[in-house]
Amino acid sequence: MGNIKQKDLILYSGLIILGLAAPYLFSAFKVQLTYLCVLIVLAMTWNLQGGEMGYNSFGNILFYGLGMYLTASVQVGMFFPLAEWTESGGEKTFVHTTAQYFQGIGVGLLVAAIIPTIVAGAIGYAILGLRGHYFAICTLGLGIAAGEIAGGIEIIGAGQGFTTPPFPAEIVDPEARGQFFYFLSFFVLVVAFVFVKYIYGSRFRLILNAIRDNEDKAEAMGIQTMKYKIVGWMCSAFFCGLAGGIMGGLIGYIDSTDVAFDGREMGVFMVLMAILGGKGTLWGPIIGATLFHFFKEGLWTFILGWQYVALGVLIVVIVVYFPEGLMGWLREKYPERFGEVIDEKDRKAQVELK
Amino acid sequence: MDFLIFKAPMLMVQASLDGILLGILFALIAYGMALQWGVMNIINIAQGDLVILGGYIAYTMYLAGIHPAWGVIVAPIIMYFVGVLLYKLVINKVVDRDLFISILATFGIAIVFQQLMNFVFGADVVVAQSEYGTTMLFDNSVTLPNSKIFSAFISVLYAVALVVYMKKSRLGRAIRATAQNARAAKILGVDTEKVYAATFGINAALCGIAGALISITLTLHPYVGLPYTVRSFMIVIVAGLGNLPAVAISGMGLGLFEEFADYILGTEFRIGAVFMLLVFILVYRRFKLSKKREYLK
Repeated sequence: MGNIKQKDLILYSGLIILGLAAPYLFSAFKVQLTYLCVLIVLAMTWNLQGGEMGYNSFGNILFYGLGMYLTASVQVGMFFPLAEWTESGGEKTFVHTTAQYFQGIGVGLLVAAIIPTIVAGAIGYAILGLRGHYFAICTLGLGIAAGEIAGGIEIIGAGQGFTTPPFPAEIVDPEARGQFFYFLSFFVLVVAFVFVKYIYGSRFRLILNAIRDNEDKAEAMGIQTMKYKIVGWMCSAFFCGLAGGIMGGLIGYIDSTDVAFDGREMGVFMVLMAILGGKGTLWGPIIGATLFHFFKEGLWTFILGWQYVALGVLIVVIVVYFPEGLMGWLREKYPERFGEVIDEKDRKAQVELK
Repeated sequence: MDFLIFKAPMLMVQASLDGILLGILFALIAYGMALQWGVMNIINIAQGDLVILGGYIAYTMYLAGIHPAWGVIVAPIIMYFVGVLLYKLVINKVVDRDLFISILATFGIAIVFQQLMNFVFGADVVVAQSEYGTTMLFDNSVTLPNSKIFSAFISVLYAVALVVYMKKSRLGRAIRATAQNARAAKILGVDTEKVYAATFGINAALCGIAGALISITLTLHPYVGLPYTVRSFMIVIVAGLGNLPAVAISGMGLGLFEEFADYILGTEFRIGAVFMLLVFILVYRRFKLSKKREYLK
């Protein structure tokens, strides 16, 4: 990373300062900002295997929900009996001390990052052998099956849900909870960005792109595609698990199908955000997620009740009329900004051919 | 194993009969899916929601005092036009595109349908009473609602009618020709655009029939469409495109699997089991195919 240009340096430091100052500047919107960070992380890491690798997964929600349940379970299970907690609103009988709460969420997030990564690695060989739409449908099935199964397991609350430990009452500052979750998610966002940025400059990305463009030829060139596909999916799973863990703590309540394995919302959002911004670009998912979040928050309150109709229409419109996304559209319009040189003669010849 | 179902053989008979009758219904939906997948190369995630919409048409008739069984005639007619409209609005723009685009676009349609049905019909689980009574078999130990027998009979009737129609009629021939080679069909004067619209309409009509039958045999709820999509997808993968006997058999197999999963795992895992079966089938298929995979063509 030694050759960061002057312009980039200003951009990045500006963004980091903005990110650090945001909870103080817009202190009423801390929860929304936390959501935004999580959405960006999800879109960016979905893009790693959806946009770069060409494996469009609907099932990354599996890792997100898994991370959410794992964080909460570890946070409770480290200090109190988990079954009693979920059975009868344990948060009233058992109270986490401040130290226990933070210890719990720390270890919980660690577990929430590692276990989904391992799960992705374990099922990767079987699932990633599927191509194209079979992969999409299979992962869709996985995500929904996980939600249905989690809704039947007693120890994590089954259908009635799981209340995550409340923020320690000893911290009286009312701002503290929002700030804690915001900085946590912002930290994850920065880590995810640095990671994705690193991947964008590496050979790994070229291999992923080769897999996307023509997997058989990539294989013929001597690339062990399966290995790279699994690693690519594991990268996504790692950050999805972390994001899920943070969201579980922030929302404070886990329901199997409406919060954790929420294929109808989060699972679609991450795909949509990446497509809106432009698949296969570094900034696309970030811009897409930000736009989508503003749009959603504006829309959701004004057309209460009709939000899912609007969401569905939005999906259709984006996918049918705008499949290249914002970055793809810009690229079409201003190719020289993206470092692409157009051969005028060649272009004219192409037009004449048509 | 001490599952109840293995102790009582009559429960086995009950589950098998239920499963087979249910499976015939699934096969009807799957046939529609195979039709439009084969002809237009589109995977329609909104398939299940079309089914539920058909069911609600029958339910509305039931509320209006008409016997819901007439829904098997009215629902397909309305659904045909819904299907054609849907094709004109969205589907015709995704026909030649990447399959992922069609999956995502129909996913969006599914969300819209679910929510609109939620507004119009409410979020309650409803059922249209057919009042056909039940048949008792084997000394009253197996109960079979007559509505299930009726629905299986109607499904078979419609499936046979459709097969004959596809074989004999002009439109049927045009649809089959387009499925084989859209370009050649176009050259020989088939208006493929019309054929696509008709195919999607017929698919929606089949969904309408299945939905009307579901409204009297099972229950309706705005959000239960996706399991029907997944079931039909599974049946089509196992049976292959355009192989009707195989579709019927694998539909019945799926029905049997579900009824037994219901008894063995418990009702709360029923839908979960369906989705897990989907994953297992796809993974099994992947390993089977990878044995004879050709690398570069």
